[in-house]
Amino acid sequence: MSSMPSSNLTIEAMKKIFAEGKRFDGRKLTELRDISITLDISNKAEGSAGVKIGKTEVLVGVKLGIGTPYPDSPDKGNLTVSGDLLPLASPRFEMGPPDFWGIELPRLVDRAVRESHMIELDKLVIEEGEKVWTVYIDIYPINDDGNLIDAATIGAIIALKNTMMPELDKDGKIDYEKKATKKFPLSKGISPISFSFFKLGNSVIMDPTREEEETCEARVTFGLSNWKDQYMINSCQKSGNTPFTKEEIGQIMDLLPKKFEEVNEKLKKFL
Amino acid sequence: MTKEHKRPDGRKNSEMRPMSAKIGVVPNADGSAMFSFGNTIAIAAVYGPRQLHPQHMQDPARGILRVNYDLLSFSVSDRKKPGPSRRSQEISKVTEWALLPVVELKEFPNTVIDVQIYIIQADAGTRTAGINAASLALAHAGIPMKNLICSVAVGKQDKELIVDLTKEEEDFEEGEGATDFAIAKIANTNEYTLLQLDGKIQPEVVKEILNLADKACDEIYEFQKKTLKESISK
Repeated sequence: MSSMPSSNLTIEAMKKIFAEGKRFDGRKLTELRDISITLDISNKAEGSAGVKIGKTEVLVGVKLGIGTPYPDSPDKGNLTVSGDLLPLASPRFEMGPPDFWGIELPRLVDRAVRESHMIELDKLVIEEGEKVWTVYIDIYPINDDGNLIDAATIGAIIALKNTMMPELDKDGKIDYEKKATKKFPLSKGISPISFSFFKLGNSVIMDPTREEEETCEARVTFGLSNWKDQYMINSCQKSGNTPFTKEEIGQIMDLLPKKFEEVNEKLKKFL
Repeated sequence: MTKEHKRPDGRKNSEMRPMSAKIGVVPNADGSAMFSFGNTIAIAAVYGPRQLHPQHMQDPARGILRVNYDLLSFSVSDRKKPGPSRRSQEISKVTEWALLPVVELKEFPNTVIDVQIYIIQADAGTRTAGINAASLALAHAGIPMKNLICSVAVGKQDKELIVDLTKEEEDFEEGEGATDFAIAKIANTNEYTLLQLDGKIQPEVVKEILNLADKACDEIYEFQKKTLKESISK
């Protein structure tokens, strides 16, 4: 995802300061930046939200369409997550077909949302086997200052929480004129959050700025949710050139529930 | 978890499917290998180090590892449309990262090492079989490596932890359902180079899963070494 690799000076300086448990912006290694949420950033979407984590900003909209179910799930609605890494948001994004990062971002959000069963897809059937609702979650980074996956996942769940079901007219088409009053079917109490951990040298940090993200050597992202009074990892993906050790994974496992509670507390009033 | 869980093929929870492997399955490649877990069969071929084109992609400090993974169209029940999909592009990339830490790319500036992995027959665990095949193929090509990479999936069926799931086991839907955790590691270390899962796994059982993967990877490592030794003694 990088346009220019970090200089050796930056890499050495960052390694050194991380080893002391500090960061350039004064945070501790696993300290998160402030999160702020704006609801309804676009009134044409069935649900939408803007998320800021520090200077990183992501807009997420939910649109509902009518489609045909997949042959292997005739009794379920469809979920499609897409993302577009707009060159508007970052010097490291370019026009053209999505590169790996443009493919990975929506796939990770998709898995965190889908595998947590937050959306009751079985309630999105209009005519079994024939006609179902398709849920489109569309993600647009507006300003890239690192940690886009976690920001996009938060945006997706908040947009979903605020999604209303449009009405159908007598021909079975969506009636955009009629005010939507029905809530979108969501499982009670489930809201997945994604946590990415980045590694440089022997240090593991959370919520990197873009500079930190570009300097780190590896990343592992976990989608975590609360399910039947326990924490559940719904998705995991490692990226990057260096391995994570068993000890590091152990520390991450201990940290996950704490960070889940911390972020959940911040998002509570939107969920 | 007191009584032993019954698996459809009668395996113990910690038991992998029978492995088989063969070196040199693509004779004209610089290195190649087949690796299979039961009915899942992967082949991998290595080309390079060779000149990288276009030139602007070259790295004067080190070689580049480029991995391509895909399913043959007839390897799965519903025919897979030929050509790369988002799934195969993602698996290609995570496979690349899984292999990278052991490959001595610094020795080959400005070049590329291409690893091509194809699945001939799929019964779950295709990416892990592909990584094991690729690791063998890289060794067969004589690429300097710090170590071998071993890969296996550990899954959870409801609350039961099982090693190397078949498609049938992966499709299990009762209780907490089935979750497949694909893991790769540098042989005989505590260093994991692939971690990938979808489903439901409690953070506190991840350690147990890694321990099961360690045990399986020890066996895979011995098997990989044996396969490589036999291929040169012939």
